[in-house]
Amino acid sequence: MQNFWFFIEVLVGGLLSGIMYSLVALGFVLIYKASSVFNFAQGAMVFFAVLTFVGVMELGLPFWAALPVAIGVMVLVGMATERFVLRPLVSQSEDTLLMATIGLSFVIEGVAQLAWGVDVRNLNLGIQDEPINWVMDKTGMLISQLDITAGIVASIMVASLALLFSRTKVGRGLRAVADDHAAALSIGIPLKHIWMLVWATAGVVALVAGMLWGARSGVQFALVWVALKALPVLIIGGFTSVPGVIVAGLLVGASEKVVEVYVGPKFGGGVEVWFPYVLAVLFLLVRPEGLFGEKIIRRV
Amino acid sequence: MFYREAGQFRTSYAQDSQIFPLRQDRIGIAIILMAAVLLPFVANAYWLSAILIPWLVLSLVALGQNILMGYAGQLSLGSAGFMAVGAFACYNFILRVEGIPFVVAVALSGVCAALVGIVFGLPSLRIRGLYLAVATLASQFFIVWALDKFPWFKNYDPAGVITAQPIVMFGHNFASPREKYWVVLVIVAALALLAKNMARGSVGRGWMAVRDMDVAAEAMGLSLLRTKLQAFAISSFYCGVGGALFAFAYLQTVEPSAFTIELSFRILFMVIIGGLGTIMGSFLGAAFILLMPIFLNVSFHGVFGQSVDASVISAVEQVIFGVMIIAFLIYEPLGLARLWQLTKERLRLWPFSH
Amino acid sequence: MNVTPPVQSSILQATERAFPFGPPILELSSISLRFGGVQALTNISFNVLEHEIRAIIGPNGAGKSSMLNVINGIYVPQEGSVTFRGERLSEMTPTQAAHLGMARTFQNIALFRGMSVLDNIMAGRILRTHATFLEVAFQLPRARREESENRAAVEEIIEFLEIEHIRKTPVSRLPYGLQKRVELGRALAAEPKVLLLDEPMAGMNIEEKQDMCRFILDVNDHYGTTVVLIEHDMGVVMDISDRVVVLDYGKKIGDGTPDEVRSNQDVIDAYLGVAH
Repeated sequence: MQNFWFFIEVLVGGLLSGIMYSLVALGFVLIYKASSVFNFAQGAMVFFAVLTFVGVMELGLPFWAALPVAIGVMVLVGMATERFVLRPLVSQSEDTLLMATIGLSFVIEGVAQLAWGVDVRNLNLGIQDEPINWVMDKTGMLISQLDITAGIVASIMVASLALLFSRTKVGRGLRAVADDHAAALSIGIPLKHIWMLVWATAGVVALVAGMLWGARSGVQFALVWVALKALPVLIIGGFTSVPGVIVAGLLVGASEKVVEVYVGPKFGGGVEVWFPYVLAVLFLLVRPEGLFGEKIIRRV
Repeated sequence: MFYREAGQFRTSYAQDSQIFPLRQDRIGIAIILMAAVLLPFVANAYWLSAILIPWLVLSLVALGQNILMGYAGQLSLGSAGFMAVGAFACYNFILRVEGIPFVVAVALSGVCAALVGIVFGLPSLRIRGLYLAVATLASQFFIVWALDKFPWFKNYDPAGVITAQPIVMFGHNFASPREKYWVVLVIVAALALLAKNMARGSVGRGWMAVRDMDVAAEAMGLSLLRTKLQAFAISSFYCGVGGALFAFAYLQTVEPSAFTIELSFRILFMVIIGGLGTIMGSFLGAAFILLMPIFLNVSFHGVFGQSVDASVISAVEQVIFGVMIIAFLIYEPLGLARLWQLTKERLRLWPFSH
Repeated sequence: MNVTPPVQSSILQATERAFPFGPPILELSSISLRFGGVQALTNISFNVLEHEIRAIIGPNGAGKSSMLNVINGIYVPQEGSVTFRGERLSEMTPTQAAHLGMARTFQNIALFRGMSVLDNIMAGRILRTHATFLEVAFQLPRARREESENRAAVEEIIEFLEIEHIRKTPVSRLPYGLQKRVELGRALAAEPKVLLLDEPMAGMNIEEKQDMCRFILDVNDHYGTTVVLIEHDMGVVMDISDRVVVLDYGKKIGDGTPDEVRSNQDVIDAYLGVAH
């Protein structure tokens, strides 16, 4: 019975990481859906967002004031990115844009460290990070209130974003913009407003993801590499599919944890570092468009 | 007025296709090579060990990355992984084959890295762009993990950090920085020449055809399979040799933790800033990335009058590299190499302006 | 006194040809091609005689490019087959088509943008380059010899196409008309038996078109290269082609000499947009 509950604990832990991966990946999906650009710098933005939030609080601002400040900063970062990086390269190849966003990620990481320093910070959200006693007593699992809250918040965000895209007028506008800028403009969709909304949303997503993750593991540079895990999630789920990213995130999170705990010890651990990527490669060879993505046909 | 072509005629196709068709260029390159060989007699040990040797070695790796990314157009983030293969292969060859000359061990290590490169290059036959980049990330993480966790590679050494064996060839131990420098110089110069020959010939045209328009290349009879895998193999060979030299001539240790994803990103930057699809760009980019922290340190010292914290320097470095990548991609995608070429073209006209 | 009776001009042309028409070099039988729900080609059959110039014409969207892509293996038809010199090929791939001796140009110019004119056309000599990468790296004799021979052949093409002055220019800097000419050169570099040209004169002015016509006729005349071309300009089609295939909505609606096709009512209706 112990073994069963242990497995559940590992699984739940994996699913919780998974939903966080999904959250970070959703930031990528948002930008990609609106501009067909893969924003490699999304991870750096997660880091910058939460670092700004914490830094601003250290300067004296209360929690509820720091939030809009951090979001505002992210919107500015987004607009600057669009203006100085994406727009000059608008006619270039996908590979060029990708390399540019790699460069951008380093700029943002550097600026973040220059602005706020390199110390690891703790983020206290006021939610307990101790294992909940009655769960531990009944099942032996170590799950804290923070874990559960993180899971719930992430799920709510993911669900609302999914609904935003598919049901609302704004969501349709976003999808139109992603498909064809000129056509969207010609039917009166306000491009600038859409852009601001996209970057604001991506910024909020980045901030929430950073806060949840930072509360569990501390706000530090390693966050950027964690965000890199969102890449396999995107590949497995399909770049343009919100439900795909959700499912893929859970899949990646759960599978990497389970494999690490049950297979890892045979090799001395560390399997979760590469497992999601290899999984993504296997997916690519079998189903390149991901679980829910659209098939790409190249016209000659 | 010194850099004129007037009076230099090329009367055969062979002459037209030379690497350095201008006499001035040939003289220039001869001078540079002589200077490179004589350098150890004027440079101190610090310059040799901490700057020149890593510059040559990383230029070689950047060359490998350039072959794959710049010429063949395959986005790769796994160069450090292939370096690691080369380093560990070299360690094992020297360990297990009695009396093997260093150069032979290095060459064989390159071949090992090439074979691994072919395996991890297979996905490139079906995927490209970002997807391929993620596949190369898989190779990077997996290779470094495997070399770390399977004790055979480290000869069951419990310490975790292995000291590299001495560089021994023809009965001589190349121990001093000066001697190590010469070994590295010869290997890198030779491989750079080979790379230049390939890039300018039918091999390079095949790579660039795959990069620019693979459908047309196929319709002309080019085998995408062979060309892509060949690019991965040759590129990984260069990275592997670079990795062996990195461990044996620079770090003096053989450890997986030296070949991180951060190193892969540095190599990527060298290639982008130096100039994608150029041989010279690999050397220029490597020099830029290596010298920047030193330059920053010296400037800050000069401006602020005190040594600045290493983390600040590295943060400033990151910002500068990132900005330069974006700037180069927008304004001059062919990087420093192209800027150098433009300078030469202006020199040809000097003192006239057109 | 024997006076030679006047003969029809087409027969005169046939006897004046350096390469008289041979047997069919290409045969398309019952080709049908679908993309998902879109039927691109339906039951198309026609042949191409060796040494002839065959035009494929039709209104926009008729499936002409798709037809060409089927011939050289870029698209695989769901039904039907391609026969080359009597050998029925179950599945053609672009590489195989190249080995059989087909070379082509593309509608939207598929030049290698990062390379110069010379390098682009040299790239067309791929099938005549056998040196391995090691031989090229070490500049061994075979590699050097091949490079020399290929360069000589390519220079002939450059001279033929009158593009000597731009041979070292990166193709991305060339105007559209010259790019199309370079693409023709690259196809010619392969010394093909069949040349597939997808709208080789699109976007050109009169002089450029006349030049292109001259090049195509010369290639056909001097080397006997069979040419299959897609073209919109009726004047060009009537002038240089020996026979014409007309497509509309993926179906064949005409097949014969230019004169026969021009007077075909179905063809006239298709172009005038008459509902049918």
